[in-house]
Amino acid sequence: MIKSLIYSISFHSLMIILTVLSLPFMLREPVDLPPIVSVELIQISDKTRIPYAPKARKLIEEKKKIEEERMVSEQAPPAAKAKEKPDRIPMPDEKKEEKQIIKKKQNPEEIKPEIRQSSEFEKKEIIDTNQIAALIDKAKEVEAVKEKKSNKVTQSSQKNSFASGLTLSEEDALRAQIFGCWSIPLGLPYDQNLLVRIKLELKKDGTIMKSEILDHERMNRPGQKFYKVLAESALRAVRLCQPLKVPPTGYDKWKDLQLNFNPTEMLKG
Amino acid sequence: MKKILFTLLFYFIFLIKSFALIEVDITRGNLDPLPIAVSPLHVDVKSDNFKDLKVKELGENISEIIEKNFKNTGLFNPLKKDAFVQKPDIAHLKPRFEDWRLIKAQALVTGKLLIKNEKLKVEFRLWDLTAAQEMTALAFTTTPSNWRRVAHIISDKIYERLTGEEGYFDTRIIYVAESGPKSQRIKKLAIMDQDGSNTKYLTLGNELVLTPRFNPTNQMVTYMSYFRNMPRVYLLDIETGTQEVVGNFPGMTFAPRFSPDGTKIIMSFAKDGNSDIYTMDLESRVVERITEHSSIDTSPSFSPDGKFIAFNSDRSGLQQIYVMRSDGSNVKRVTFGKGIYGTPVWSPRGDLIAFTKMHKGRFYIGVMRTDGTGERLLTENYYQEAPSWSPNGRVLVFYRETKAGDKGEGFTAKLWSIDITGYNERKLYTKTDASDPSWSSLLSK
Repeated sequence: MIKSLIYSISFHSLMIILTVLSLPFMLREPVDLPPIVSVELIQISDKTRIPYAPKARKLIEEKKKIEEERMVSEQAPPAAKAKEKPDRIPMPDEKKEEKQIIKKKQNPEEIKPEIRQSSEFEKKEIIDTNQIAALIDKAKEVEAVKEKKSNKVTQSSQKNSFASGLTLSEEDALRAQIFGCWSIPLGLPYDQNLLVRIKLELKKDGTIMKSEILDHERMNRPGQKFYKVLAESALRAVRLCQPLKVPPTGYDKWKDLQLNFNPTEMLKG
Repeated sequence: MKKILFTLLFYFIFLIKSFALIEVDITRGNLDPLPIAVSPLHVDVKSDNFKDLKVKELGENISEIIEKNFKNTGLFNPLKKDAFVQKPDIAHLKPRFEDWRLIKAQALVTGKLLIKNEKLKVEFRLWDLTAAQEMTALAFTTTPSNWRRVAHIISDKIYERLTGEEGYFDTRIIYVAESGPKSQRIKKLAIMDQDGSNTKYLTLGNELVLTPRFNPTNQMVTYMSYFRNMPRVYLLDIETGTQEVVGNFPGMTFAPRFSPDGTKIIMSFAKDGNSDIYTMDLESRVVERITEHSSIDTSPSFSPDGKFIAFNSDRSGLQQIYVMRSDGSNVKRVTFGKGIYGTPVWSPRGDLIAFTKMHKGRFYIGVMRTDGTGERLLTENYYQEAPSWSPNGRVLVFYRETKAGDKGEGFTAKLWSIDITGYNERKLYTKTDASDPSWSSLLSK
């Protein structure tokens, strides 16, 4: 018995040693790979997914909890069950349909080639795009399911779309425009919190009706010279950029707009 | 009840979501210099003549000095006057903002001057053209011969208003003016405005002068001079021209420098063949020893709060920079890089130390944080040293020598300035060769 145990142990350890010695990745130094260039394959959606505000998220989570509790209580006496509104749960058919639609949307093979975003790498076919697409698909599927859950909470997908703002490309266009107009005052210290938030009221053509610095009382406080300089430069940028590049539609969504100017990254170089 | 709560909650979420403000983060901008238009100052027709001053051209001349100051900062781009669309007097009353915006200016300086009863009255306004409003306005009265300083003071005020930090234009630089062949250099003490004008020589050149340093609180200078081959530390009052010997110190004495409050001088000298750091109270003339180490400790410089001293020492073998408390305790080495470090100078802001570094036969001027981290080498050359800070801690002035031939030909020494970002390296105009610069504090403080 002991003998066989010793045999077993010795052979096992021999195997382990052999594995360590023979398998190349155990000995070799980690290969010095060039920095990985991440390729993001995003299908630009019609709506920017703005994350829920912390407060809203809390509420949603609370709601989920209630929902979960309800699920538990489903097995409880029928009285509790009766409380549930049937119209709140989407019909199983609907569910299926929605899922299918989402799938269709996310599948890159079915997107017209001119719409599909592609990168240099993709063109060279270094990366197997299908695999990545499949991965993204999977991720999106999970997301879609999650989303459905939250839809359940907010009751309607229509309201969701109402709340979200500019699309990514619209936001990027606006951002790029302001980048060009903003001369960052170079003398600013880079180790201070210098975030300037400007609230704008816009006209339909993108010109500014009203601009307001959100912490404008800080501007006149003693020792806040740098903040004042930065705030003024930000205001100059916004005014110089007029009319802002805003989307032609959805005026209600963007007529109030907040711009957060933060030069820290630039000043640190 | 539950139902009501649920509905309320739902409406609440709906409200939050529907009123969510769209936020866009702007984290990038351009680093181009700010386009600024400096309109010539309008000269009042009622102005008197004053000595040999060309009163009619004064407005133009002042605006040119302001422009030159701005251009030298690298932060502003003064626009060409050919494109200006409004006459100075009208622009000063109320600029047509849209016209000035057309030439892509973002700020505008206007002003007017009047010489009456041997007094020069100057007023100026700074306009934000995009916001179409006045940013600042000031008026000065002075003697007309001071017109250059008026231009510098206006530059300082505008610089301060637009960048948030103090200006450095109404300042002077003291340096050692050098002339003659390399083996027989004549070295005189000289002083000039920071833009290179108004050069004055303070010594005759009979004796060797070295390392002039400004008092940070006023216009006093301390420097070294050799009298009959004995080093002496002098005090010089620039306003009155009076000089006095602070003391004879034994052996080699190096680099006297003021404490931030101007009451003490800190320097190094060799006693019994060993250099250490000493301070001397200017009133009582009491000398206090700060370091006591068998190595060579030199080039001390106080932090602006007076609590710390940076110096260089070879106690670790090679010359490196150390920081200690002002009483000599708690000595810490702060530089660990390759090469030799020297001439540490604490920034007037207190956040950085400028230094000279020698590595593989090349000289660098650099800055680092006061704990030695974040070292940035700003410029590299054949030979350069002795950085000195502008009073706002934004620019460094230093001197650079070129390589001489066998007989000393081709040798020059000139003053240069560089921004602490490493950009905007400029040669300062001096009448002769120059070395060992020291930048004064603001004259109009």
